[in-house]
Amino acid sequence: MNHDDLNNIALKEQQANMKYEHTINVCVAASCISSHADAVKTALETEVKARGKEDCCRVKGVGCMGLCAAGPLVSADKSKKMYQSVTPIDAAAIVDNVLAERPVQQAIVLDPKLPFFTGQKKIVLENCGEIDPERIEDYIAAGGYDPLFQALTTMSPLQVIEQISKSGLRGRGGAGFPTGLKWSTVAKAKATKIKYVICNADEGDPGAFMDRSVLESNPHRVLEGMAIAAYAVGASKGYIYCRAEYPLAVKRLRLAIRQAENAGVLGNEIGDTRFSFRVEVRLGAGAFVCGEETALIASVEGNRGTPRPRPPFPAQRGLWGEPTLINNVETFANISPIIRNGGQWFASIGTEKSKGTKVFALAGRVNNTGLIEVPMGVSLREIVFKLGGGIPDGKRFKAVQTGGPSGGCVPEQYLDMAVDYESLASVGSIMGSGGMIVMDDTSCMVDVAKYFMDFCMSESCGKCVPCRVGTVHMLEVLKKITDGTATSEDLALLERIAEVTKFTSLCGLGQTASNPVFSTLRYFREEYLHHIESHDCKSGVCSITKKEVEVGA
Amino acid sequence: MQGFPAKAVPPSDDRRWKIIDGTMRRHGHEAYALIEVLHTVQETFGFLSDEALQYVAVSLRVPYSKVYGVATFYHFFTMKPPGAHTCVVCTGTACYIKGAPALLKAVEEVAGIQPGETTPDKQISLVTARCLGACGLAPAVVFDGEVAGKVTAAKVKEKIAAFAAPELEPAGVGA
Repeated sequence: MNHDDLNNIALKEQQANMKYEHTINVCVAASCISSHADAVKTALETEVKARGKEDCCRVKGVGCMGLCAAGPLVSADKSKKMYQSVTPIDAAAIVDNVLAERPVQQAIVLDPKLPFFTGQKKIVLENCGEIDPERIEDYIAAGGYDPLFQALTTMSPLQVIEQISKSGLRGRGGAGFPTGLKWSTVAKAKATKIKYVICNADEGDPGAFMDRSVLESNPHRVLEGMAIAAYAVGASKGYIYCRAEYPLAVKRLRLAIRQAENAGVLGNEIGDTRFSFRVEVRLGAGAFVCGEETALIASVEGNRGTPRPRPPFPAQRGLWGEPTLINNVETFANISPIIRNGGQWFASIGTEKSKGTKVFALAGRVNNTGLIEVPMGVSLREIVFKLGGGIPDGKRFKAVQTGGPSGGCVPEQYLDMAVDYESLASVGSIMGSGGMIVMDDTSCMVDVAKYFMDFCMSESCGKCVPCRVGTVHMLEVLKKITDGTATSEDLALLERIAEVTKFTSLCGLGQTASNPVFSTLRYFREEYLHHIESHDCKSGVCSITKKEVEVGA
Repeated sequence: MQGFPAKAVPPSDDRRWKIIDGTMRRHGHEAYALIEVLHTVQETFGFLSDEALQYVAVSLRVPYSKVYGVATFYHFFTMKPPGAHTCVVCTGTACYIKGAPALLKAVEEVAGIQPGETTPDKQISLVTARCLGACGLAPAVVFDGEVAGKVTAAKVKEKIAAFAAPELEPAGVGA
């Protein structure tokens, strides 16, 4: 397969698409599937067939359209029409609406001009909700794999890295390390045998589902990004380390790899060049610490996922001691648009230090839960109140939790802050991988800190003492506070342990495990004090038992 | 102590061991395939039994201690056989905020089990998941592989009762 063959496939597919006057897209990502989207799809197909319109109207399974709360979602004719909470019974009405403009009941109509849709800017998710994730031809017809061939035939590896550096792209896994710099470090490193590229798809943050959505909706985009990265750094083997808890994503990835190998966009001598690249899926097994790159490498090698001290960094000595490039799913998904449109174009989006867009998983106490992609630098207020549609049941906004167990809670006074890596860090939280949990006054912030500490404690791998012991003790103190038996000395103790754990832990898990405690103490200290002094939880979450009534379990 | 046999023999003539052998063969019986093989074992048998771990250890020429270490390190692996029905309550942040603890309490009230436990009659297992990624449907529960969204405590109780009801014959108590 060479560049012309690729163009031919794209052309043929585009012509085949033009044959259809109407296309009805049904979301078949995990969230909509859980609300029986597959039954909806079958019903729509039956209805189209019953009308004898198979030749001019087709029903297509596509990836995530974003508004997961209103699933299953159906769209028609390039999202001009959208339908929500569709059941198989609605299928006939929808087909009539698409084919004959007959009206449907208002309850299932979804306005595509909602701020939720218009407020977004899609780069990573541009094809999600439009293409069939299980057909490589559909991706190629949408311009896919063209940037890979462009890079292979017209650019040197150094030029690819230059474009990535120019784009200002930073790692989307959480820490925000400049991607171009990482790539050039791996490119310069000398391999004994071969170099590796690893895609970190072990999305362990509770409350985050961006990577899952991308993998389920557009797996080829990730493969293409990995292939371009491999070409740039001189790697010939790739692994995708994906959570076993995402069976649909794993299935679609494996299918995509097979299709790409058959089509010749992965494998030996891609595009008639000397570049060869193969990809394998490795299953994670539910260990949060494996998001840390050295722990992830240990897991790919078949060991317990425990981190090791750095340096040497994986860029120098990673998988099996070879130079290894590790990037997150979303980072790889950004690569092919950068190659297609140039680094300059990407750098024109976003803020001074954070370029491009960011995908957020918006969840919790917010009306429109789902997946959004916005340019860096929009305000939290816009995300929560415009795109998210505000807080349900007339409740009052309290905080946004970003960055999962390593992040923090951003309170109301920072709602107008522009969201980027630096600003979130300045208020004691982190960008993280993009989970955004909205909380209202029914959430107790001490309880939230306890929840995350419980998580970190059970996820601590146990290798280093500060994290293993520190998280246990912090959790103990937090438990005391939430059951009303703590004193003000306990609060001081909590702060001291948090400090020690932060500065002495081996890896990112322990170093950031105190963040939820720090940030809630910083902004919601009076809640802690109220628990301690008045033995009361204002939100009514903590079941505070006075000492004399304490009953053993 | 006797040395390793030249070729590991499956613990029983259960045909499912062929599936395990297949995975190991595909990876050339290399030690790095350990996690992949354990995944296959769990998919095939539902849990990791002691004899399975020993068989994998011998086949991949990995110390049993390491196999045991890996199997217990990762949360996804379970070494207890699951009950006839499983109920997975998501305890991700979004579900937690929206009331997952109340759902766990509801299961405990009806079935008398804590997360990670199975009822004595081996009918119902209660498991927690860190995040199903179905945050749009929070709180989410998986009943026997089927994801249910926006679940209430009443719904959980109803579902658990339905799981328990058909098997109410007296024989179910001893097991």
